[in-house]
Amino acid sequence: MKRRLFLKGTLAGGAIAVAASAGLLIPRTVMAAWPKSAFEAKNIKDALNAIGGTSTATSSGKIKINAPEIAEVSAEVRITVDADMDNIDSISIIVEKNPSPLAAHFELGSGALGYVSTRVKMAKTSNVMAVIKAGGKLYSAKKEVKVTVGGCGG
Amino acid sequence: MAKGILIRSKASGGVTLVRSSMKHKMETGQRKNKKTGKKIPAHFIQVAKFEHNGKVVFTANLGPAVSKNPYVSFKFKGGNKGDTIKVSWVDNKGKSASGEDKIR
Repeated sequence: MKRRLFLKGTLAGGAIAVAASAGLLIPRTVMAAWPKSAFEAKNIKDALNAIGGTSTATSSGKIKINAPEIAEVSAEVRITVDADMDNIDSISIIVEKNPSPLAAHFELGSGALGYVSTRVKMAKTSNVMAVIKAGGKLYSAKKEVKVTVGGCGG
Repeated sequence: MAKGILIRSKASGGVTLVRSSMKHKMETGQRKNKKTGKKIPAHFIQVAKFEHNGKVVFTANLGPAVSKNPYVSFKFKGGNKGDTIKVSWVDNKGKSASGEDKIR
């Protein structure tokens, strides 16, 4: 256990507890555990470990990523993940070359289907990965999105 | 309907498609103020919960890499015209908001 991280964690936890007891965080159900360590991970391996407890993701043809080949506005890149799988626990969107690769992590409740669409920022041309957690295992698919600077092809 | 939240749901063939956008600047914490050279602190939505008639069907955990005014769309089995779909978000500064609409 890294002592510094641990201390930071307890301090942050304390602040939240104070805020909660003061009634500042009204919709308390919203305050679920935001996976901080996964979002702060600086590489894919650490992010996957934080999400799924393993850094091994099996490549799966059942996961389809719909994203532009070339993104002209890198601050708004539409990513859609469509997975033909059952019993999905979560869908994560990872942008490999972003400073913190994990962009979003979606948890599916009962009845939710393997589909999600959102918009993300991309620092530069990079693979976009969709990682699905189902039955305690991770499955993934990748697609490269080119980011043009200045909007002149590239 | 809370200001800045748009949520639309449509049921068709036993599946409901929910589309939503939430007004938020989604500051990454990496940009610098050009005048002062200081980093602008991160400010972003962390969790957005979606409920169907009071039951959570989908939870979006967002990082600062999600675009400004986050757009989130998902599908779930079930849901009928007139059912309530509600979204509630909370950001990294503890601010929150919610909005709801009926399935069409």
